[in-house]
Amino acid sequence: MKDIAGQSARKRPTRPLWAVYGEKVLEWIIRLSGISAVLFVMAIFFFVFREAVPVLFSPDFSLKEFLFSTEWYPTSASNVRYGTLALTAGTFSVTALAMVIAVPFGLGAAIFVSEFCGPKMRETLKIVIELLAAIPSVVWGFIGLTIMSKIISQTTGAPVGVNVLNGAIILALMSVPIIVSIGEDALKAVPDGFREAALALGATPWQLVYRVLLPAAKNGLLAAVLLGVGRAVGETMAVLMATGHAVHIPSGILDSVRTLTANIAAELGEAPAGSPHYRVLFLTGVLLFSITFVINLSADLVIRGIRRKGRGA
Amino acid sequence: MSSMETQNAAQTPENQEALSQVTPRFAETPAVRKKLLYQKIAKIIFGLMAAAMIVPLLLILSYLVAKAWPTLSWEFLVDVPKRGMTEGGIWPALIGTVYLVFISLAVSAPIGILAAVYLNEYAKDNWLNRIINLAVINLAGVPSIVHALFGLGAFVYAAKMGYSIISASLTLAIMTLPVIIASTREALASVPIAFREACWNMGATRWQTIKAIVLPNSISGILTGVILQVSRAAGETAPIMFTGVVFYKAVERGTLFPYYLNEQCMALSMHLYTLSTQVPNVQESLPYATAVVLLGAVLLVNATSIALRVYMRSRKKW
Repeated sequence: MKDIAGQSARKRPTRPLWAVYGEKVLEWIIRLSGISAVLFVMAIFFFVFREAVPVLFSPDFSLKEFLFSTEWYPTSASNVRYGTLALTAGTFSVTALAMVIAVPFGLGAAIFVSEFCGPKMRETLKIVIELLAAIPSVVWGFIGLTIMSKIISQTTGAPVGVNVLNGAIILALMSVPIIVSIGEDALKAVPDGFREAALALGATPWQLVYRVLLPAAKNGLLAAVLLGVGRAVGETMAVLMATGHAVHIPSGILDSVRTLTANIAAELGEAPAGSPHYRVLFLTGVLLFSITFVINLSADLVIRGIRRKGRGA
Repeated sequence: MSSMETQNAAQTPENQEALSQVTPRFAETPAVRKKLLYQKIAKIIFGLMAAAMIVPLLLILSYLVAKAWPTLSWEFLVDVPKRGMTEGGIWPALIGTVYLVFISLAVSAPIGILAAVYLNEYAKDNWLNRIINLAVINLAGVPSIVHALFGLGAFVYAAKMGYSIISASLTLAIMTLPVIIASTREALASVPIAFREACWNMGATRWQTIKAIVLPNSISGILTGVILQVSRAAGETAPIMFTGVVFYKAVERGTLFPYYLNEQCMALSMHLYTLSTQVPNVQESLPYATAVVLLGAVLLVNATSIALRVYMRSRKKW
């Protein structure tokens, strides 16, 4: 074979066969790892649901009672009742109060970090926030159980220091780092042109924040709050140790409650494998999984909404 | 910045004249004064909000350390719990945590890194990619206790691994997978696309490019993620509680390999929970010291990761 220049074409270098096929195999392994996250999420749902399913068909169990009754007597000898409404109320009361504390502080800190402080201070604060996020939940629980409960019972005169308020403060401290870091990202995502336009009109940073940035970044901030809620709903060890163990609908913030997560952690060890009690606890897990799934999904949709709008602009 | 611009505008001759006739230069009108006052107030309030989450925490942490001080010693680390766990050290828990962390790391690091490679290098922007992203986000959001239920149902019972270190580590591995995926992805994405294009133009295949260009240039970022995974895994309690960690297990003082993989073990986080809620009459500083050791280890690991990232950023050539 001759090409145009008249030189004999050299043989095209080829790679050994094993390298070609080895690479193919490797790429399939990479693809498989890629979808592993999907497989794991489905596996989690499958295995938790699988353990829960038999109880759905047992005669003593009614789904209506499970969702809407406040009577949780899983080990009663005469009349076993599995109503999780009180536990759900516990979860939501603690989470709601935690968010009342965490959202203003979290968003305030996010605004401060992103708009009001110099670059050096910003770096330091971000590192501190990252370290805050790293504190293990059992240590938070321990802080709630020992230090916070003492402070609460001394300042409010509550008979027990482990209650809704305690759990909420601990959860607030735990979810603030998430709210700050995602909120800061949302503020940073507002195009610089917006900032420059406002500053050119003579706006102070504060006017810039509440007239321009907050409206422009409101979806991102909403997503930050939602992810904070997700973390608070799913938190286990901290609320297990800090909220007390009373299964009832709380009548005030100084009442002890038990949350869905804490209930599983507290009772799974005592429930014999395969018993209805054990299966109901797994069903509670399915309920929790669904709640957090919905929260995360909506946070994702909110964030995706912003991205799409950003691309269009 | 805004004041600089007014200054510039005022300095052109005709403006200057006009302005100086109306008001003295740079005099603040009431509206401006109000605006600046609000600005000051807002800055102080937001600053206090930022401080409000950091200062109490520092106080709490120093209180923990102060309470733990009498017990903290080398002896405390290498000794075993004594007298029904009311005295002694934390060696079995410490070494158990090391076991769990490293086995879970060995499982989740390869899968997580490869998954990130797929998402960043191979995946096209289509429905599959979107579903994977959603799955990663959800995996990160699944409550830890649900991971525990999953570990119990899947590894302990369905896979018949029983209550063992291996079940607990696998549960931890799945739980911490999103941490590695997210940070590895960030590291890979920070390698400029031009690097890849240059390599492709030389005729390299996708995998050759990844191996020769993308991974070497992002290795420190990937390492940061792996280190973060370590700190996350070390601190978790709920997922290991029902899959392979026990309140107490007799272990010889200071032995490095006290456990078999199919046995149960103790773990630091669980030990803290046990000491503070399950054991009566514990020597008072003991749970505090355990908390400080756990917290110290986790924060140290995190600080390493942050330091590595800062160092890496300072050396970045592009």
